[in-house]
Amino acid sequence: MNKIPSAISLGFRRGGLEIKQFSRQRESVIFTLLFPVILLVIFGSVFTDTIAPNVTFSQYFVAGMIASGLVNTGFQALAITIPLERDFGALKRLRGTPMPASSYFIGKAILVSISMIIQILMLLGFGAIFFGVDMPTDINKWITFTWLTLLGSACSTALGIAFSIVPKSGRGASAVVSPIVIILQFFSGVFLIFTQLPTWMQQFAALFPLKWLTQGMRSVFLPDSFASQEVAKSWENGKTFAILMVWLVIGVFFSVRKFKWDRD
Amino acid sequence: MNAIEVKGLQKSYGALHAVQGVDLSIATGEIFALLGPNGAGKTTIVEILEGFRTRDAGDVSVLGFDPQGDGNAARQWRNRIGIVLQSTSDSGDLTVIETIEHFSGYYSNPRNVEEVIDSVGLEEKAGSLIRNLSGGQRRRLDVALGIIGSPELLFLDEPTTGFDPEARRSFWALIEKLRGDGTTILLTTHYLDEAEALADRVGIISEGKIVEVSTPAELGGRSTAQALVSWRDGAEIKSLATDNPTSVVSKLTAQFNGEIPELTVTRPSLEDIYLKMIGVTHE
Repeated sequence: MNKIPSAISLGFRRGGLEIKQFSRQRESVIFTLLFPVILLVIFGSVFTDTIAPNVTFSQYFVAGMIASGLVNTGFQALAITIPLERDFGALKRLRGTPMPASSYFIGKAILVSISMIIQILMLLGFGAIFFGVDMPTDINKWITFTWLTLLGSACSTALGIAFSIVPKSGRGASAVVSPIVIILQFFSGVFLIFTQLPTWMQQFAALFPLKWLTQGMRSVFLPDSFASQEVAKSWENGKTFAILMVWLVIGVFFSVRKFKWDRD
Repeated sequence: MNAIEVKGLQKSYGALHAVQGVDLSIATGEIFALLGPNGAGKTTIVEILEGFRTRDAGDVSVLGFDPQGDGNAARQWRNRIGIVLQSTSDSGDLTVIETIEHFSGYYSNPRNVEEVIDSVGLEEKAGSLIRNLSGGQRRRLDVALGIIGSPELLFLDEPTTGFDPEARRSFWALIEKLRGDGTTILLTTHYLDEAEALADRVGIISEGKIVEVSTPAELGGRSTAQALVSWRDGAEIKSLATDNPTSVVSKLTAQFNGEIPELTVTRPSLEDIYLKMIGVTHE
């Protein structure tokens, strides 16, 4: 009798399958991966001013779009596609096999990471070539960028899986999830400059991860002199780390405890 | 040891008592068919045995394991069973062979992928995307995914719904082959001829209770029921219910001195018995 494959190795198998399936859905590939670039082209072409010495709006916007890309490819994509898989009965079928839930989650995390990497490369590439976005030269900034991306992806994936229990049906999922993401994008300083927002909006946004991810990405892509223009007069990266960790724990807890394989 | 052992199983959904004290024993290697109208509790019972639903009361053992169990023991258990659900579909962006190959990786001793594809008759569709399969072909893929892990016990929930007659026949042949391998099979079906062709024993379920368990031939006293002999006598069709149809026919042969016009000898079909049983319990 052979042994059942380990949860980790099945997780990687799931990841490969998820990527294969995703790459064959042309519409969602284009929407998910190209949409942030399209937004960059629109906003970058309309707002050509500098918002501070040596800081163009495009520079500010790229930081925000990378942060919200983490929310789009993780939270938004999963909270919409998992209820669809549940409606199809695909999840129930998986539940009937020896594949454990953790492998399914690992597979989703791999899909999110790969689409995130592609999206970041496209945003930075387009930004650098067409809108003069400067890349950081300080190694510490890239270290910050790496942990922000890893922690942000993990957090976004876990919250997306957790939130997938909220939409009642696959068809309605987008209507529930998308407005939340769009409102958070406006409130968190992705489309608009955060310090110009009303205080109540800033305070509301500060409860959720996107505001912190956006601020963290600004600490990577904007000069340190800009930190004094933040609400707290500093980048607050330690606080960002703590808040993302809290949301990660919340996401993992609900994913593990409350995940629904079946419609009823 | 029996593959499935159920005692005093109960399950309610609010005020609806879906399963009301069901006892059931299914021997290892047996093919058992659960028959019953929609809403009788078939699917609830099967989903409790499959570990998809919790029960309110009773003892359940499936391959010596309580399906409500969790963790690694549940994984080991699922490695030994195969499940073909009533309705599943996929986004359809994978091919037949990709899907079956992927699922084969979940199990410790999977069957050979090509052999499974052949045995469900999908060899010509192996490279097709699932979205391009017909309903019957998708159903055969479901069956393929149910048997890929070489299960000791296979659950089939209305497996041939949507099959054309030819596909049903070849599906029956596949089940016979699985029987030959020693697989225990629990089947639910709407088709009585299917139960009759495949099952060693059938259980009739109505309103959450098992009404009778028996072989298809003996169900409802079918084997001892009176036969109906009918023939044409001049302008009218005559018929006679009898315990001794052979002697009736030989008398008729003498009477007509040869060929008896429009002779038929019938016993109640499984369907007649079944409808009577369901009807009786509805009173």
